[in-house]
Amino acid sequence: MSAHTQSDHDKDGETRRDFMALVAGAFGAVGAAIAAWPLINSLNPAKDTLALATIEVELSEIPVGTAKTVMWRGKPVFIRHRTPEQIEAARSVATQSLIDKEADEQRVKKPEWLVTVGVCTHLGCVPAGQKESDNHGDFGGWFCPCHGSHYDTSGRIRKGPAPKNLAVPPYEFLSDTKIKIG
Amino acid sequence: MGSGHREPFENPVVEWIDSRMPIFTLLNKEYGVFPVPRNFNYFWNFGAIAGFMLVVMIATGLFLAMHYTADTDLAFDSVERIMRDVNGGWLIRYIHMNGASFFFIAVYIHIFRGMYYGSYKKPRELLWILGSLIFLLMMATAFLGYVLPWGQMSLWGATVITGFFTAIPFVGEDLQTLLLGGFAVDNPTLTRFFALHFLLPFVIFAVVFLHVWALHVSGSNNPLGIEPKGPQDTLPFHPYYTMKDSFGLLVFIIIYCVFIFFMPDALGHPDNYIKADPLVTPAHIVPEWYFLPFYAILRAITFNMNLYFLAGFAILAVLLVEFVWRKKPVYIPSASAGIALLAVGGLLALIGFTGDSCARIDAAWLEANAGFKGLCGALQGLPFMSAETAPVSAKLGGVLAMFGSVALLFVLPWLDTHPVRSARYRPLYRVCFLLLVVIFLILGYVGSQPADAAIAGIPLILVGLAGTGYYYAYFLLILPLLGRFEKAKPLPESIHEAVLGKQIKAETKI
Repeated sequence: MSAHTQSDHDKDGETRRDFMALVAGAFGAVGAAIAAWPLINSLNPAKDTLALATIEVELSEIPVGTAKTVMWRGKPVFIRHRTPEQIEAARSVATQSLIDKEADEQRVKKPEWLVTVGVCTHLGCVPAGQKESDNHGDFGGWFCPCHGSHYDTSGRIRKGPAPKNLAVPPYEFLSDTKIKIG
Repeated sequence: MGSGHREPFENPVVEWIDSRMPIFTLLNKEYGVFPVPRNFNYFWNFGAIAGFMLVVMIATGLFLAMHYTADTDLAFDSVERIMRDVNGGWLIRYIHMNGASFFFIAVYIHIFRGMYYGSYKKPRELLWILGSLIFLLMMATAFLGYVLPWGQMSLWGATVITGFFTAIPFVGEDLQTLLLGGFAVDNPTLTRFFALHFLLPFVIFAVVFLHVWALHVSGSNNPLGIEPKGPQDTLPFHPYYTMKDSFGLLVFIIIYCVFIFFMPDALGHPDNYIKADPLVTPAHIVPEWYFLPFYAILRAITFNMNLYFLAGFAILAVLLVEFVWRKKPVYIPSASAGIALLAVGGLLALIGFTGDSCARIDAAWLEANAGFKGLCGALQGLPFMSAETAPVSAKLGGVLAMFGSVALLFVLPWLDTHPVRSARYRPLYRVCFLLLVVIFLILGYVGSQPADAAIAGIPLILVGLAGTGYYYAYFLLILPLLGRFEKAKPLPESIHEAVLGKQIKAETKI
């Protein structure tokens, strides 16, 4: 430091060296962040995982009052052929009284077919209720055994810690008895 | 290192090495003649026992890794192959599997001892923080390891735990996807969990080194909680405590071996011997026993924290800081203003809580109780009462409460402001702390039960909420209050006087 001449110092006593140290440090930090990015990004879903698989499901195999589970993007999808009573139960509830306010009409394309992602919106368990013998919860739909979330016959959260209704995946009817999910 | 004075060793080989790199001088200084309080009880064994368990886990883990395959199609079978075909594989795996439990047993007792005898207080705050960090890293490592056998509990435990991240506002979903490497727990998750499970024990080892370094600067605490004043208060580490630690370790290993050889699956869950199936959730997902109290805290928060609740909560927090943490309130002028604020804050929190709870009360019950129906109707009519407008959802609240309960350990040295360390001289602290231990165990029981279980008509979720309340109150309210008002019993003059008191008196008489 003794080598510094008077002209190295500006009024506040800061030197060009201080400035250069700051700039060098900042460049180093940015460089390290850029170098770290490819490593972190490699943790994101790979292209094969991302490849948006679509599946087709034949609905005629699912009698009224039963349900089928299919796999889509590594997650189960629930397809339920609802009975008139179940449709009635889902539509007679005042939407405003729900936790996640969605009318049943917004959640289905055809009233008798309910298609939802079978993953509890709390912490990701698969709710029970696909089989006749399962616990259907207090609202006749699904019951998540992990933390006690109850879903109704429209897959809407009615009681328990889950914040949202069971998600509806993108799907379309290819014919009256066939849908394509994805 | 090594520039100081050095006593020569007699053995020529040792001397040759030591004169070039004084590692034997260092070992002798830190583990040979190192002065240690002479009054340790057996609680002081568990640091050494925990260190031993870390070495056991790394050693057995290395050999398991040589036979394990991290692939969702092969992982479960490769573990079964270890159990059936690999020479002594069953033994190595049972040592490792039960080792996790016994590592946690040792560390829980170690933490209990630190809290009971006030070992976290000045000048050992950093030592304590490093220990808390080790505990946190152990929890992460244990969780990652439990996923590897790819049984049903592996998959669903991982699903639930990584689901925590979706509670974070805005970035939660993306963060979870980044963590999993996909949209569900699958092969990319398993491979990275294996890599991290291999790495983290070495990180723990490094932090343990820092932990021991800090310990050797401040010296050990002791059951009396007073500092040694001279050589009459201490003993050399070797042979006194090498011997006492070895004895305690042997007893510990005997109990450990009873589990390994006679009941190796007693602490595990039978569902983890069913291969992972992403379509079937087990009826009752439970974490390993050492996570149960924290799991109960996670599940205790079943209500959304709406604006009313948070506003009331914020007012109560300000009152806590002003009237409990500070000796004199700075911003609130008088005690009567404080009481008024207490009433307002309490009322707001109650309105928010009740209003939110109304959405979850059974409709039929509400019809039968007209008074509650009117109250609920009125409360739910208020703006910002609904679940969507609540800034902290029940899910986020649970996750925050759980991580907060571990975070409190890190700041414990500043929450307990009482100058006396050992619970032996703090009668009130002792009762409050032992109650915390009992409640922690009850929380563990609550965590082990299904979400909708009840005892004698009381839903366990409420027991969990009450226990969580005490856990937080202990750290944030009781400790600061005791720090200000608890009168301690008189401390002994010195360690040797307390230990040899009668003898000294007898000798002076003669």
